[in-house]
Amino acid sequence: MSTCSSPQPLLDVQGLSHRFAGARPGVWAVQDASLQLYPGEVLAIVGESGSGKSSLLNCIAGRIACAPGQVHYRRARDEAWVDVHALPERERRQLARTEWGFVEQHAADGLRMNVSAGANVGERLMAAGERRYEALREQGRRWMDAVELDPTRIDESPRAFSGGMRQRLQIARNLVTHPRLVLMDEPTSGLDVSVQARLLDLIRQLVARLHLSALIVTHDLGVARLLAQRTLVMRQGRIVEQGLTDRVLDDPQHPYTQLLVSSVVAP
Amino acid sequence: MNSLPVLDVIGLRKTFTLHLREGLQLPVLQGVSLAVGRGECVALVGPSGQGKSTLMKCLYGSYGAEGGQIWVRSASSDALDLVTATPQQVLALRRQALAYVSQFLRVLPRVSALEVVAERALDAGESDERRARERAAELLARLNLPKGLWGLPPATFSGGEQQRVNIARGFIASAELLLLDEPTASLDAMNRRVVVQLIEEAKTRGTAIVGIFHDEEVRDAVADRCHTLSAAAAAPTPLEELA
Repeated sequence: MSTCSSPQPLLDVQGLSHRFAGARPGVWAVQDASLQLYPGEVLAIVGESGSGKSSLLNCIAGRIACAPGQVHYRRARDEAWVDVHALPERERRQLARTEWGFVEQHAADGLRMNVSAGANVGERLMAAGERRYEALREQGRRWMDAVELDPTRIDESPRAFSGGMRQRLQIARNLVTHPRLVLMDEPTSGLDVSVQARLLDLIRQLVARLHLSALIVTHDLGVARLLAQRTLVMRQGRIVEQGLTDRVLDDPQHPYTQLLVSSVVAP
Repeated sequence: MNSLPVLDVIGLRKTFTLHLREGLQLPVLQGVSLAVGRGECVALVGPSGQGKSTLMKCLYGSYGAEGGQIWVRSASSDALDLVTATPQQVLALRRQALAYVSQFLRVLPRVSALEVVAERALDAGESDERRARERAAELLARLNLPKGLWGLPPATFSGGEQQRVNIARGFIASAELLLLDEPTASLDAMNRRVVVQLIEEAKTRGTAIVGIFHDEEVRDAVADRCHTLSAAAAAPTPLEELA
């Protein structure tokens, strides 16, 4: 435990900004966002629709450009800091499918819907060089079990799965290569409340057991409360407040955070 | 032996600014100073609305403060001022040295009472999952929580049952500073006595304790002294006010 007392961050985002093409002058999707993520930490990014949460996540993932701003990530292979946006595309993709995971809001965007559940789980392993059919099957079954899917359904198409099951399959597909950073974009929205609770608890357990670091975009303060040690509040592309989740939710300082907290029935 | 207090609060000031009420200012704590030594239990007293719970939340880091200092000295690390500490420092302190028994249990879906308690021991550095569960079971048994409930998520438990889960969670890891917000409010006499014993044992281990005890019998049994909070502008509890 004492080794964790002054850890280095895993991710360091400085002055990140993004403007959509064709946006009116002065309108930014993300403006001057800075944050750090530490090993084993879950950071929630909250705010209402259009506040720039997902754009911030996509910028961090290197999926959309940031100008100005920088995203530095401490690579597991050699513990070297790499500038995510300056990496050659091939290396960034390599990083994205080995050390990083990205859980999409809509499972269909993060899964291959035309191949089996097992093939979905095995894809990253194959990309990492695993070719033995039985090893891939075995990992497929193991990870389906880990996310509470019936492993005997390994040959079924994700189309045969419900929304909550697809979301769990997407998580298995991401975790199979043991990433150390997982980015999640509204992973539970659009699901029934009971399905949400199960998925949230599963994410909570996996994050703790695998010692993952995670950035979770959500509009639901309850999700932040349940999963995240720290929370960051966005409004109109800017980070207006960040800190310990309980402090942000129980002692909000910014007028917008106070409005957000007072607008939910049970935060 | 280190004779410096475990907790040293110096001139703490906390004002709530309600932006949704035209920036209404509620000064709740205006220069609170308080020191608590090893093995000492201090009871916060004073009428409702004087900031007892607010002070407790400041001491846990759930509330920020505008001024003053909250020094916590733990054996495992350097003294830390919670008013200026980073979130990482507060989280590390909570894992290793700071425990808080609030009035209400925050229940998680699908996590059983036993796991809720054992989890705190694992967070605090217990590496053996089985031993964590054994100690959780011991505490729940001492607190007379029916064994049939241990494997169930506490969401459907009665207030008193939830509070006992909360107490077990607060006491399972030995902390250097323990914060108790009305730990016996919904307990019967038998379980109040168990809580008094647990507090005495923690004091013997050297834990410094700050508590709010509306039950005078419990307060008289465990508190070495009282600290009276008074005379801020009588303010309503700000978050209720917000809601």
